[in-house]
Amino acid sequence: MKEQPRQQTAVADRPPRKKIDKDKLLLAVAAPVLAIVAALAITSVIFLTTGDDPFRAFSIMVDYGSKSDSQVVIINKAIPYFLSALAVAIGFRMNLFNIGVDGQYRIAAFFAAVVGGALALPGFLQIAVVMIVAMLVGAVWSGIAGLLKTTRGVSEVISTIMLNSIAAAIIGYFLHEGRLAVRDGNLIHTEPIPEAAHFFSIPTQEDPVNGFIVVAVVVGFLYWYLLGRTRFGFDLRTVGRSEEAARASGVGVKRMVVTSMVLSGVVAGLVGMPTLLGESYNYGTDFPTGIGFTGIAIALLGRNNAVGMALGALLWGFLERTGGRLEFEGYAQEIVGVMQGVIVLCVVIAYELVRRYGLKAQQRKVGEQLAAEARTDKAEVSA
Amino acid sequence: MRRVTKIAAASIASAALAFTATACGESSTESGGQDKGVGLAFDVGGRDDHSFNESAARGVDKAKKELGVDAKMMTAKNNETEADREQRLSQLAEAGYNPVIGVGFNYEKSITKVAKDFPDTTFGVVDAVAKGKNIDSMVFSEHEGSYLAGVAAALKTKTDKVGFIGGTQNALIRKFEAGFIQGVKETKKDVKVVPEYLYPNNDKGFNDPAAAKAKAKGMLDRDIDVIYTAAGQSGAGSVESIAKKKGAWAIGVDSDQYLQPGLAQYKESILTSMMKNVDVAVFDLIKSVEEGKPLTGTNAYLLKDGGVRLAKSGGNIDDIMPQIEEAKEKIISGEIKVDEQPKG
Repeated sequence: MKEQPRQQTAVADRPPRKKIDKDKLLLAVAAPVLAIVAALAITSVIFLTTGDDPFRAFSIMVDYGSKSDSQVVIINKAIPYFLSALAVAIGFRMNLFNIGVDGQYRIAAFFAAVVGGALALPGFLQIAVVMIVAMLVGAVWSGIAGLLKTTRGVSEVISTIMLNSIAAAIIGYFLHEGRLAVRDGNLIHTEPIPEAAHFFSIPTQEDPVNGFIVVAVVVGFLYWYLLGRTRFGFDLRTVGRSEEAARASGVGVKRMVVTSMVLSGVVAGLVGMPTLLGESYNYGTDFPTGIGFTGIAIALLGRNNAVGMALGALLWGFLERTGGRLEFEGYAQEIVGVMQGVIVLCVVIAYELVRRYGLKAQQRKVGEQLAAEARTDKAEVSA
Repeated sequence: MRRVTKIAAASIASAALAFTATACGESSTESGGQDKGVGLAFDVGGRDDHSFNESAARGVDKAKKELGVDAKMMTAKNNETEADREQRLSQLAEAGYNPVIGVGFNYEKSITKVAKDFPDTTFGVVDAVAKGKNIDSMVFSEHEGSYLAGVAAALKTKTDKVGFIGGTQNALIRKFEAGFIQGVKETKKDVKVVPEYLYPNNDKGFNDPAAAKAKAKGMLDRDIDVIYTAAGQSGAGSVESIAKKKGAWAIGVDSDQYLQPGLAQYKESILTSMMKNVDVAVFDLIKSVEEGKPLTGTNAYLLKDGGVRLAKSGGNIDDIMPQIEEAKEKIISGEIKVDEQPKG
């Protein structure tokens, strides 16, 4: 908030820019509003075609989603989604499509769980070790894709998706009684992490909020700072915009590809941690899968912006929580999946439309200015 | 101005977060309800999986007809978390459904947790043992039934090669595999058994018929002519592949798949089904709750109680019934001890 006065004077110093900035703000707000309105309209039509009442459905969702226990669940759901979106966004910012976040976080969580179950260090130290192992494994797994891209030219889309399958197979092999897991009835999981190494949680009057939210916020801040405020971030975005230009200005493109893949993997390694250290305390056959793909949708939704992705993750959690309620109230459970898809599509389309509109408006304005200048020039000449 | 927008967005986000974190407002679990009937939460695949879930649903249908109870059924999605399962169960319990039944061992932890919050409701869980004094844990001896399926497969194969397709490689499905392999080997030790799984550890294995179809096709191409598929809804895909090859047999699972309307066009290829009578267990629980004496603790449904058995519909195993009955007697008497997990 301290920044604000300086910002205002800066604007005041340059009066001609003020109007354009106001338009910019309007456009920035217009895109998400447009997207949400369009998504609501489309889902209403879907509800109507299936013979359901859309307004009743929306009011059920708002009503149920705002209950205090729902809020806690939504936040807890949003934490891994947000981390996953950050991991994906690091790649997106330099035009790398890391589809492998899913495999990266699972294999990272698995080996972190194995290490965590085997050690009995003092709590704080053990949490640190588990997290470091997860980040390292995530980094190695994504680093493979990075190296394949730079040394052999393999598209990261192909390699990461294959690495997902390999990760699943490796986990499947080791997640066996007598290998790295124990059997507990019909569930198979790794040795549980000792209680001393459970992550803290924030108590509320309902279920506690996962303390990992603190880590998520810190990582979100680091993402914003590193990519938006450092030389490294600038280089990274430059490579994303134009490899040629980056190379011409002396950026090592290959090195940047590997580095950003590794960074993406480091963050991906953290995705499974809120569940592992705050909920399940082991990696079992019931460990959640698919968060890596959810992350792609949320990164698109949040336009790779840290705050935007946080809001997107919360929205996703809200939809999932309230979707369960919709099924209970007699709606098809698939409707929430449809809604999520529609929202992502609407956001992508709305931003593109608004961007084009903004571009056109700017062109028109510049054109008018030039025309006006030309007129005054002519007037001066004739005078 | 860009920064102002960002700051504004950040403050809105943190305000929203602060609001949610303080968790003001009422909780959704505060409202109670009356006795509304049975609440059933399915595993992935849903009611019409022709197999596991459908067997549970049959138990509820029977209770509807014979006991006049109402029922609400909900279905699990892929990639669920504990929170989703807890939500499903507590919604049913708080609305007044009693008993509340979770179909599938994935509900073990969530049932244990939710049962504590609703001490006056009886909970049931299929395929798992959950601790709690208001929980009925329904478990089955799938390995014993699968042994008999193995006997049938060994006697019916002409190529001396039989296959097993599991949905997901977990402890429960490996129980099917273990019994099947032992049954085949102890009937004809030269018959080769090929066990394969659709997914190493993803519950998608239970609702991915396309994967099972491809897997079965692959097995048929390797001259395997009897395939036992334990994969919930995916099994339909396997049956479809097998029906295309003359002389090949499918062995179904959980429900009597010969009688499934959805599989009627392939039924001539269904040799038998290893029926796991989840319906009996579910009906028992509902009945006990209706009578005011709810079942709790672990209730095992074994071969000797008819908890698992081979289906005879279609008459395709009539000629080998003597051998199957013999094996059954030996298991019941304890002469044959069936492994619960595959060797090695």
